[in-house]
Amino acid sequence: MGASSHILIRSLDRSAAIFLIAVGSIAIAVPMLNLYAPPTSAIHVSTYLVALFGKYACYAILALSIDLIWGYCGILSLGHGAFFALGGYAMGMYLMRQIGTRGVYADPILPDFMVFLNWKELPVYWYGFQHLSYAALMVVLVPGMLAFIFGWFAFRSRVSGVYLSIITQALTYALMLGFFRNNFGFGGNNGLTDFKDILGFDVRSEATRAALFSISGVTLMIGFLVCRAIVTSKFGKVLIAIRDAEARTRFLGYRVESYKLFVFTLSAGMAGIAGALYVPQVGIINPSEFAPGNSIEAVIWVAVGGRGTLAGAVLGAIIVNYAKTYFTSGVLAPYWLFMLGGLFIGVTLLLPRGIVGSLHHWTALRRDRASAAAEEGVAAPPPEPQPAE
Amino acid sequence: MRFGRALLVALALAYGFAVGCATVHAAGLDEAIAHFTTDDFDETLTGIKEVAASGNPRAEIIIGALQTGQLMFSAERKAVYIQDSAGKLTDAATGEPVAGAPPADLDTVNINNRLRGAIAAALGQLTLLSNDPQKRYEAAQAVFKSRAAAALRTLETAIAKETDSRTKVELELARAAILLNIAGTSDADKLAAIAIVGDRGDQEALALLADIPARESPTVARAAIDAINAIQTRLREWEAVQDAWYGISLGSVLLLAAIGLAITFGVMGVINMAHGEMVMLGAYVTFVVQEVIRRYDPALFDYSLAAAAPLAFLFSGSVGILIERTIIRFLYGRPLETLLATWGLSLILQQAVRTGFGPTNKEVGNPAFMSGAFDVGGITITYNRLWIVCFALAVFVALIALLRLTRFGLEMRAVTQNRAMAASMGIRTSRIDALTFGLGSGIAGMAGVALSQIDNVSPNLGQGYIIDSFMVVVFGGVGNLWGTFVGSFVLGIANKFLEPYAGAVLGKIAILVLIIVFIQKRPRGLFALRGRAVEA
Repeated sequence: MGASSHILIRSLDRSAAIFLIAVGSIAIAVPMLNLYAPPTSAIHVSTYLVALFGKYACYAILALSIDLIWGYCGILSLGHGAFFALGGYAMGMYLMRQIGTRGVYADPILPDFMVFLNWKELPVYWYGFQHLSYAALMVVLVPGMLAFIFGWFAFRSRVSGVYLSIITQALTYALMLGFFRNNFGFGGNNGLTDFKDILGFDVRSEATRAALFSISGVTLMIGFLVCRAIVTSKFGKVLIAIRDAEARTRFLGYRVESYKLFVFTLSAGMAGIAGALYVPQVGIINPSEFAPGNSIEAVIWVAVGGRGTLAGAVLGAIIVNYAKTYFTSGVLAPYWLFMLGGLFIGVTLLLPRGIVGSLHHWTALRRDRASAAAEEGVAAPPPEPQPAE
Repeated sequence: MRFGRALLVALALAYGFAVGCATVHAAGLDEAIAHFTTDDFDETLTGIKEVAASGNPRAEIIIGALQTGQLMFSAERKAVYIQDSAGKLTDAATGEPVAGAPPADLDTVNINNRLRGAIAAALGQLTLLSNDPQKRYEAAQAVFKSRAAAALRTLETAIAKETDSRTKVELELARAAILLNIAGTSDADKLAAIAIVGDRGDQEALALLADIPARESPTVARAAIDAINAIQTRLREWEAVQDAWYGISLGSVLLLAAIGLAITFGVMGVINMAHGEMVMLGAYVTFVVQEVIRRYDPALFDYSLAAAAPLAFLFSGSVGILIERTIIRFLYGRPLETLLATWGLSLILQQAVRTGFGPTNKEVGNPAFMSGAFDVGGITITYNRLWIVCFALAVFVALIALLRLTRFGLEMRAVTQNRAMAASMGIRTSRIDALTFGLGSGIAGMAGVALSQIDNVSPNLGQGYIIDSFMVVVFGGVGNLWGTFVGSFVLGIANKFLEPYAGAVLGKIAILVLIIVFIQKRPRGLFALRGRAVEA
């Protein structure tokens, strides 16, 4: 048994290494091919694709953060888009302050929408956002604090399962309603847009886009490593125990609430970072990012790729979003929602482990059969525990 | 002796008055009408006033004709005519038909907005003495609004002989309004007038009293301020009643939308994210029923809802059973995945309706009994809202009866409380699951029929209600219909009471935050099921 689990860890390590190498090489190669390969050559990557895959990388980070809490701790958040959007708004505020006098109204301090609304001075919560370091802190801190406060209340009173899911959905819905209001001070309906530059570099230039792509790729790798470190540690084993049998874990003496709170807050911070990287690449952040539908869609990425497998979450985010881009831009656009809906139903009914989870499952089965054939008469080892509710 | 003299004076005065009146009466109309022949707005205004003051029975007809543009004049002949819709001329003063050819320079007496106001006031004043009590009542209201001082004498005559108490109150109000508005009223009269206006107690009375404190003697001013305060208090009370009514109305909508959800969630622990789409389907059933009725027998239109409600129940219910049999039954024990699958289903249903019916709002009409409104005290109640409240309560009562009195209800309650035990007692739980899901969806369909009357029928109809319905279920607690009942009305009323202070959006946010806080205190809702079976 000891030997076989050792092999398991080593093989997982190998797949993790493959994943990291793949992401790393894409993060380096794609910008290179975009900037330095001549536009006519076959290996040139268009700026459109760089922007597109930069967006997917951010979605992948969001998917990782959801997988961390759903796949490993059984917390289904239907409001993770809220943390993503909050991180995005923090970054958007920095980018707004960078516009300075180049706005339509050329006000050195106030963003255009505030001048338009006849505001005389900057609201206090906009202070400090002219510094990227402060904005970067807020990118993690604001979603993290919200998740901490929310989780503090929710987990301590043992709100779990579908109740928690519904409440998180209400949370993002409430935030959406709030951010739609003009007097909230975040640009209302239109959100924040028309960004000029980031740290002095033009956000729309190819070089900046390529750099942002690389940064997103590297962040994705770091996120993956952090999540992997957590889920393979002893702490991670407890998380899995909570996922599979919360009451028993509590009876064994673990403070389930603290574990959940920690991982939920961490996950919200990660989602915030994903949002912050997303905004300069798409050039806009508006309240529709808070829409409950977005958060649920993000959950389905994880389900498609395979919850409880980190690489699966990343893969799912990229596959589903590529499919979305592909189908919504063609003649099949009216049918995309049928496909997305079908994906929700099909994956939950037919592929509950997701793509990567099913691959793991099949290879494990084959190995079991092989070893059972090799050692006839010896009972097959118990199957790998699967994510349960 | 002294008495004799007094009598003589009185008689002389009375005679003089009567003669004076008579001369005004006789000479008045012709002279007054002459003002209409100059084609000058100021002259016409004088004419209106004098005709109204003449007291001649023809006055109302003449001014009415002026209002409708049927009053004609000929400057050459110095004569005024009324032209009926067939083009026939009659003499304005006598009502005799005009013989011979019409005058060559016949022209309409022109009016402008200023004159229209004067005409309305004059007509109000004239109809004060009409024989029809309803006309008198309306005239009194018109005078109350116009406050034309000229009507004072007519008003007093009218009050003296008024027998209808409702009209008398209105006449006295009009008199009070005039008295407060003209110079030279004694303080005692003003106080009495303020008391009368104060009793009316609405926004108009408030407007009437508003500028009195500034320009009147201290006693009158104080009385006016007291009356204003009293009116404002009363208006605030009515506002609270109005908010409560809106809250009840919203609560009944929430009840309709949430009750089906509560049933399915209670029995199966399944969150049906496609529940809103069942509501939407019900609304589209109403649309289709109305279209069919319009095409084949428009006379039946008033019965369209009565036909749509059972059809919507059956249609949404069958869709619900179909969903349960094909998707949800494979996902029992995995509530979170059911949630995702039903979400996918809601996307498909929305898109299917969008493809079939188009993305725009569909026109669903109100039958006659659902349109219109009536006043209760200081608030207005629309019939459609009233009927929806009644409908929601009827559905609720029927559902309670179904659960309490039928075998299906008994089995459903057993499965809610302890599925394993119910199964051991021989209840076919899978059949109960399917029927329950169908029942919940069917009720959602009926909710759609009701919502089609007050909301836009579009593919997104259900989306607007789904989160609120969840909140009701979470707040009220699962497995107990009374929880849903109390939850809907508490949330509906709280929402409407918060709205004036916080605005619609912030009110909604406040409610969501309150629910999030509330769920900390009672994670299983207001009316939680107790017992071993609850926490599986």
